[in-house]
Amino acid sequence: MKGSEAIIKSLKDQGVDIVFGYPGGVLLPLYDALYDSDLEHILVRHEQCAAHAADGYARASGKVGVCIGTSGPGATNLVTGIATAHMDSSPILAIAGQVGTALIGRDAFQEVDTLGLTMPITKHNFQAMQADEIAGMIKSAFYIASTGRQGPVAIDLPKDVQEQEFEYKADFQIDLPGYKPTRKGHPGQIKKASNLILKSKKPVILAGGGVILSESSDELLELSKLIKAPVTTTLMGKGSFPEDDPLSLGMLGMHGRKVANLVVDECDCLIVIGCRFSDRTTGKVDEFASNAKIIHIDVDPAEIGKNVDIDIPIVGDAKIVLTSLIKTIGKLKEGNPGSTKEWADYISDFKINCIPRLSFEDVPLKPQQVIKEIRDSIDYDAIVTTDVGQNQMWMAHYFTSKIPRTFLSSGGLGTMGFGFPAAMGAKVALPENDVVAVCGDGGFLMVCQDLATVREYDIPVVVCVLNNRYLGMVAQWQKLFYDERMSHTHLGEVPDFVKLAEAFGVRGERVEKPGEMKETLQSALKSGEPTLIDVIIDPDEILPMVPPGCGITEIIGEYKVEREVPGEIPYRAPHKEKEGE
Amino acid sequence: MDEQRTHVISALVLHKPGVLQRVAGLFTRRGFNIENITVGTSEQENMARMTIISKGDEKVLEQIIKQLNKLIDVVKVRDLDPENTVKRELCLIKIHATSEKKRSEVIQYANIFRGRIIDVGPETLTVEITGSPGKIEALIDLLRVFGIKQIARTGPTAISRGTLD
Repeated sequence: MKGSEAIIKSLKDQGVDIVFGYPGGVLLPLYDALYDSDLEHILVRHEQCAAHAADGYARASGKVGVCIGTSGPGATNLVTGIATAHMDSSPILAIAGQVGTALIGRDAFQEVDTLGLTMPITKHNFQAMQADEIAGMIKSAFYIASTGRQGPVAIDLPKDVQEQEFEYKADFQIDLPGYKPTRKGHPGQIKKASNLILKSKKPVILAGGGVILSESSDELLELSKLIKAPVTTTLMGKGSFPEDDPLSLGMLGMHGRKVANLVVDECDCLIVIGCRFSDRTTGKVDEFASNAKIIHIDVDPAEIGKNVDIDIPIVGDAKIVLTSLIKTIGKLKEGNPGSTKEWADYISDFKINCIPRLSFEDVPLKPQQVIKEIRDSIDYDAIVTTDVGQNQMWMAHYFTSKIPRTFLSSGGLGTMGFGFPAAMGAKVALPENDVVAVCGDGGFLMVCQDLATVREYDIPVVVCVLNNRYLGMVAQWQKLFYDERMSHTHLGEVPDFVKLAEAFGVRGERVEKPGEMKETLQSALKSGEPTLIDVIIDPDEILPMVPPGCGITEIIGEYKVEREVPGEIPYRAPHKEKEGE
Repeated sequence: MDEQRTHVISALVLHKPGVLQRVAGLFTRRGFNIENITVGTSEQENMARMTIISKGDEKVLEQIIKQLNKLIDVVKVRDLDPENTVKRELCLIKIHATSEKKRSEVIQYANIFRGRIIDVGPETLTVEITGSPGKIEALIDLLRVFGIKQIARTGPTAISRGTLD
């Protein structure tokens, strides 16, 4: 068998049926083997899109996504996508071609140190120097990518190794003596946490992306009902808890919902699950949940205490830990109704007072109205992806998600250009689900060439470009913090996105008035064709936010609510009261 | 909690290319201090032992150990207890010494410190010494007056006492 054939066989042995890639000189042997193989390959139009598509595939399906790029520029183009997956713990395998082993280190044509480049942005990486290493490497790569704290793995594959003939043996073992992820939580810690939770009067749960990755949304819902604790999520945790549930607070943080930010500030016990306490989530760390004891459940021990001091850490897989926690609390709770009813009532009063307003009749369109119409047009199992910036935060703030793996967004790295290719990958993974990418005009333009891919392969995603001709988030900060000096954030008047879509043979539509979004999106989804919808929105709309360096209660900007409720918000600002005493 | 302390971290790692880069890269990227690092083979085949000297408070140390443990090629990490650890370093010192008198003084100092002369040239003497970093510093200070031409130090390596892991 040749090395190149071993790659394809090993991928298929791992259950891979489709890969996203772009060939190149050193990948000729692999692509030659692909020619005879039934492994499907989607030819993207930029390697970055291959990595994002593999990432979208992984986030939507839970399976490892695979992307391929050639040596040198192919590998560097993959890097942004790999780093994106790394920050958000998304399991992908990136295969990069490399110059022949005899040429490595000689600055050969299209040579780059892929191993060195990807070392800090992968969970692990490999370089195959012999064809007989390939099968074990790919098996190990899948195991590493998909277990413990998930993440990307890269394999560097020199050209001659792909061509090398060797005798394939199926009986190889994975030998990773340094890799033993903890799955079960420590029973003593679980008991301590249970006691603390039962003693607390004002518990809140903060769910991160780890809940989705460990598929523990059912357990999360059960825990929240059991202890009557409201649930807020991080951006990555969106979809882990049904946002229409009375106990849902929505997203927390810099662009979080007012109720979430204020309630976390007030709670006396914060149960944090699968979350890494990003600065965008916590705001000023010293003031974060300063009245609460914090319980932190995470599969990655290095996340415990990294950014925020933790009272009770529990290392383990969220699903397993939550199951034990529910059991333990259940036992301890027998005959004890708990004392959180008052808290739950308070939360529900609080929520009524700050439901964000979605309906606007304005032209140009308000993004809230657009998002409301998108929500009204698609089922809850439809997958939405976002790009990065205002479009992302509007979606995170205003869009109701109920089901895990239906809200895909580049959280940690904040990669503009993520939304569209990730939607492509998600649609390939789950062709039965509607897939809608909500992008800004800036981010979409970074990856627009892949309209060719969705056309050529008939991948019927719908891209909604929220078009305000601005790099909106940076512009928002310029307006708020830089005296409205709009330095290089206006994008000018081109392109015409409808014509751009049409140039690629993709349907192009334009939406300008309330009501049109719903109609256009529904007909786009019905058409079964890839479609781009150019949505002309108000460039002056600003999302309320917490300024950098401030505590999460210090929200600036007008927080428009759905309906004005007479009287004050019942917020009790606990530590501020203390100061007054 | 915030007290800065020097830690000796012993890590058993897979003996293969790139491991040193992974470890060193981790320290750079996370902003961890690294004062010294030594690497060599260990008692186990295919494994190497790294001894890393790093300064930081307890929180930083905890992160260093946890982040090292996350590396797939790192098998075991220990923060060695200073009370129960022996730490040794090898140092070679080349001294400019031509006169009989100077040479015999250098030899005497070396002997007192249980060092050895391992090379003699027409204008130089080279002293080999092992010991704790403090002892090596002391000898270097004494030899400075003669004119040190070159110093090569390995940096300390360390091992726990008795049956401790």
